[in-house]
Amino acid sequence: MTESDPLGRALTDAACREPLGPALTGAAPPDRAALPDVSARAASAGLLDVAYAELDSAVGRLLLAATPRGLVRVAWVDFSGEDAVLAALAEKVSPRVLAAPRRLDEPRRELEEYLAGGRRRFELALDWRLVRGFGRRVLEATAQVPYGSVSTYKQVAREAGNERASRAAGNALGANPLPIVVPCHRILHSTGGLGGYTGGLERKRMLLQIESGQATLGA
Amino acid sequence: MTLPPFQKLIDAHGPDVHRLLVASVGRLDADDCYQETWLAALRAYPRLRDSSNLRSWILTVASRKAIDHVRRGRRQAIPVGEAPERAGPAAAAPVDDGNLWGLVRALPPKQRNALALRFVLDAGYDEISAVMGTSEPAARRNVHEGLKRLRTEYRR
Repeated sequence: MTESDPLGRALTDAACREPLGPALTGAAPPDRAALPDVSARAASAGLLDVAYAELDSAVGRLLLAATPRGLVRVAWVDFSGEDAVLAALAEKVSPRVLAAPRRLDEPRRELEEYLAGGRRRFELALDWRLVRGFGRRVLEATAQVPYGSVSTYKQVAREAGNERASRAAGNALGANPLPIVVPCHRILHSTGGLGGYTGGLERKRMLLQIESGQATLGA
Repeated sequence: MTLPPFQKLIDAHGPDVHRLLVASVGRLDADDCYQETWLAALRAYPRLRDSSNLRSWILTVASRKAIDHVRRGRRQAIPVGEAPERAGPAAAAPVDDGNLWGLVRALPPKQRNALALRFVLDAGYDEISAVMGTSEPAARRNVHEGLKRLRTEYRR
């Protein structure tokens, strides 16, 4: 009955005509930006477990995610995929994952400064919960390698407590949830080879160039 | 059970939730109800047991917010001495002549909610009954009673 009801049609038509805002008329495509933001109130209610934002950086698009404890994830969007990274955060940290760019302002600023060659160390609170055990010790040893210098898989394996586990150290570095900030790009093969890099060897090379002061980003 | 990142729900259903709320509570109060809806959903989300129909779940949360909002507004409005069917929060907003949705917002909350689901979101009676937690015949009744009342108002 209602499908052919003229009053029903009038209701649908009126809903499209009414000044419901740009997101709401049938004519305009839904515009996320026109809808009220939920993340600020979620944060003050203690319900924002994972805030994330994307950053178009000089070395490619990055996804940044933080918990109330600190930065928990940096990901190369083209390598890891936004959906996969967010799904993993929902599973491993909390499904309360919200886009909240303002909450990533500080990491974004420090990363931009670093990539421009103007920052030698990060002063960010880090949330290490995505790594544990040997892998975490490897990454903690990696975090101690100073700006502009390099180390080897063997060396960080030794510092993590098992000198013979350089292959496992390589795996841990490949799974680094906080690339750039935890500088896994500073770890090379003992033979002098570049080794591997999640995000692509070209990026490893670029990051090392930035730190040697030879970067020509944007050129 | 793995739940999708909450932002995916907002991206997928935010526009429909907002449209539903604009129709049920009016433009002025829709933004606040919209945030209340998502906050309530966010609070409950990690404990959600069945993620097979997240759209229906979030529309249920929105419908409850809208119905609560209307009832609260009416209770508060009674001392002002307005007729109850004109005293919803939305009725405070200027209503143009021939503003059909202004009339809808003077209907009982369940009827207005059912009409909004039916004619703004194009929901079928199965979805309306799932969202409102009623039987399908009750969903039909809510829509038809709403239309019936509206028809007498509209002709004036």
